[in-house]
Amino acid sequence: MSAQIEEVAATGPASRTGKGAAPPPRRGPGRLALSAPYLLILPAAAVTVLLLGWTLLKNGLLSFQNLGPRQLIRHLTEWTGTDNYADQLGSSEFWGVTGRSVVFTLANVVLIMALGCFIGLLLARLGTALRLLLSLGLVLAWAMPVVAATTVFQWLFDQRFGVVNHVLDKLGWHSMAGYSWTSGQFSTFFVITVLLVWQSVPFVAINLYAATTTIPKELYEAASLDGAGTWKQFTSVTFPFLKPFFLATTFLEVIWIFKSFTQVFAINEGGPDRLTETLPVYAFQEGFGSQHFGMGAAVSILTIVILLALTAYYLRLVLKQEEDEL
Amino acid sequence: MRRSTLGRIWPGATAVVLFLAFVFPVYWMFSTAFKANKDIVSEDPVWFPTSPTFEHFERAVQADGFWTLVRNSFTVTLVAVALSLVIALFASFAVARMRFKGRKSFILVMMMAQMAPWEVMALAYYIIVRDAEMLNSLVPLIAIYTVMVLPFTVLTLRGYVAAVPKELEESAMVDGCTRTQAFVKVIFPLLAPGLMATSLFGFITVWNEFPYVLILNKDASAQTLPVWLTGFRTAFGDDWGATMAASSLFAVPILILFVILQRKAVGGLTSGAVKG
Repeated sequence: MSAQIEEVAATGPASRTGKGAAPPPRRGPGRLALSAPYLLILPAAAVTVLLLGWTLLKNGLLSFQNLGPRQLIRHLTEWTGTDNYADQLGSSEFWGVTGRSVVFTLANVVLIMALGCFIGLLLARLGTALRLLLSLGLVLAWAMPVVAATTVFQWLFDQRFGVVNHVLDKLGWHSMAGYSWTSGQFSTFFVITVLLVWQSVPFVAINLYAATTTIPKELYEAASLDGAGTWKQFTSVTFPFLKPFFLATTFLEVIWIFKSFTQVFAINEGGPDRLTETLPVYAFQEGFGSQHFGMGAAVSILTIVILLALTAYYLRLVLKQEEDEL
Repeated sequence: MRRSTLGRIWPGATAVVLFLAFVFPVYWMFSTAFKANKDIVSEDPVWFPTSPTFEHFERAVQADGFWTLVRNSFTVTLVAVALSLVIALFASFAVARMRFKGRKSFILVMMMAQMAPWEVMALAYYIIVRDAEMLNSLVPLIAIYTVMVLPFTVLTLRGYVAAVPKELEESAMVDGCTRTQAFVKVIFPLLAPGLMATSLFGFITVWNEFPYVLILNKDASAQTLPVWLTGFRTAFGDDWGATMAASSLFAVPILILFVILQRKAVGGLTSGAVKG
């Protein structure tokens, strides 16, 4: 594998010199071939280091500072050591928000993966017309911009004129007429979860369906000859074949849900009583809400660390895979 | 016999129910936008707009500085996506086709960058931009958005470049093309679907971006549509008709782009280019 690639890299300049007088003289084909990849990745690496790296570094530096409105206006730098971290790690509030974020993320990811897989497999079983119909619905939900979707869900779950309350009332659940979804912790999380699941399922379902089309039909035929039912076929053929897909999608969803800010913030701004703040919203409120930028920066660093811990398994796997490919 | 009829009906029935569930919020947005006010605030919901009206759209469009926001949103999105595509094209080619020291670390950096929780880093970027005295400008926004969509663009394009059979490139070079010519003439055309798919996701990300513009640009003339949309409801005092009209206007460019590009992006990548 690697020898073949070396060959490709080598034939580039070689074939050029082989053409005779046409190419301009170069100092040496080896050096050019060696530096070419670095020149190609230079712009991407440079802007990433400059903007992401610098912002991250600044974030780290800020987390060791006491930066309130006074220091901000006077351009003062007050180092406070690890005070911000000690404050956060010693507060029950931080750990409460952390636990809540993890539970929230896991609940959402489980729902998204279960429903996404179900719909993906359903797509594979449907006839062309119904498959196109369902795909159309999924694509519309998928394409709906996050900010617009969030506004629409606020309208759907509106207390007085929202269609959800009306339908629940008509179905016989009369206490739901005029129910205020944003007044309770659980009901607010319920609305956010419905929104996130609605937005994320199409990605899983459509990709899963696309992936199932790559599974050789013979495997299913063999399985059904052995008398395997739908569920058995899934566990013995589909799942093993698509294991890398499931792994990657699950962890992508973990990342997306864990760091989702717009939905959680826009539905109820972390309310009522800051009870639906997840870590990104908490960092925002600590930093901007209470104008304590150093503290906010410390929370955001802690958030990144927790996200890394949650996805460490996947990252290691990806790393190993890259190693194997070499 | 009976069981098999049931077995044939349930997937279809489920599909229809699911279709309705996924479409309903989108439908409700558009239908509310066209309904007369008395139909919106009625105790019994009106399922179909019987007397469609454009008054909500008029109110949304006539809001202060609407066209400036539209221009800002398009500027920021198109420039950031174009920049990241160009930068990513170089990098993805290197990563997919060449082996060099540091390649793995570069991919790893891109993967980490892709999951960077940008939302929680807005605060640090705010301080940087403020110290550079560039608040209320589109330039820092474009810069950060470019980097935001870059990792995804690099990693996705890498897959598309790798999917173009090496033999095509090799045979072009055997035929006397230089490596650059082989790239421009052979790989680039085959990458078109990949470029479209990738730009679509970049477009969606930037078009939707909310925390950064909210924090950096307090000046209304330098804001983009998401800030306007989230503040719309409060500004217009629970005017759901106008809010849904505004949401529809915001969603339409993405919906159109998605429907057009999804098919093209999925459609035949290298289909039959080498085999057959």
